[in-house]
Amino acid sequence: MAPAGPRSGDAIFASVERVNAELFTLTYGAIVRQLLTDLEEVDEVNKQLDQMGYNIGIRLVDEFLAKSNVSRCVDFKETAEVIAKVGFKMFLGVGASVTNWDAEGTCCSIVLEDNPLVDFVELPDTCQGLYYCNVLSGVIRGALEMVSMKTEVTWLRDVLRGDDVFELQVKLIKQVPEEYPYKDDE
Amino acid sequence: MAAIYSLYIINKSGGLIFYKDYGSAGRMDTNDTLRVASLWHSMHAISQQLSPVLGCAGIELLEADNFDLHCFQSLTGTKFFVVCEPGTLHMENLLKYIYELYTDYVLKNPFYEMEMPIRCELFDINLSQAVQKDRVALLGR
Repeated sequence: MAPAGPRSGDAIFASVERVNAELFTLTYGAIVRQLLTDLEEVDEVNKQLDQMGYNIGIRLVDEFLAKSNVSRCVDFKETAEVIAKVGFKMFLGVGASVTNWDAEGTCCSIVLEDNPLVDFVELPDTCQGLYYCNVLSGVIRGALEMVSMKTEVTWLRDVLRGDDVFELQVKLIKQVPEEYPYKDDE
Repeated sequence: MAAIYSLYIINKSGGLIFYKDYGSAGRMDTNDTLRVASLWHSMHAISQQLSPVLGCAGIELLEADNFDLHCFQSLTGTKFFVVCEPGTLHMENLLKYIYELYTDYVLKNPFYEMEMPIRCELFDINLSQAVQKDRVALLGR
């Protein structure tokens, strides 16, 4: 029997159970508010959101691989395309595009068309350093680490801080394939 | 009708995180199952190095006189393998389905620690349903 090909983000999004979008937005908002109350420092909250995202990402990647049926990506360009077109679509229902590749093909930008996390949200003056959606950068970093890629994910543009779109920069630091101690020279 | 003897799940470091026994053939105690799992992990890795073709993903099927061993490795390094009667059909689909059950009932359990032995009742329940013979036949659609 021929193996099934990779599925599109739309098809998977349509087939999984979904939750009310407002419940999702409100739950995330409650988490950020609680972190601000508990930690008080905006930088600490940014770090915690990234860590939470990392913990989500390391688990999410297996579900992504199981449901989307993608095969191993040949290079980082394909990886970024798959994250933008299938990953974001499948989990958040939003489209995203990849732009701004550097010369070596190790650094790119992912631009989100939409962002359900920030519906109804406005940042007050007291929280100007906050990256409200920092959980997303942690998710990508965690997910890629589980498939042997160490990356750095940062926000270039953030609508809540006055820009026109959400833009994430994903930089591949290095590939770390599984080490097996079977080499003769060791 | 062909039957499954046992199912193993190994984490990316080669440690056994799940073992289920379905038949009386080849029943082993815990230490032996741990040894078999690390043995398989090593053999799987060696087979990737030995392959004359680049980009080999490791052993998928081992056929012996009395059993077949089907193995599926996810891109995250977790291996799912099943020991079954020779000639059992649809094992690859079963392994993919078990991978989906793993991503749902194990990874989404917030109290499950990554890479640790799986002790998730929901996973066990859904797995038993999947392994029942008529379900296995249905997976071959």
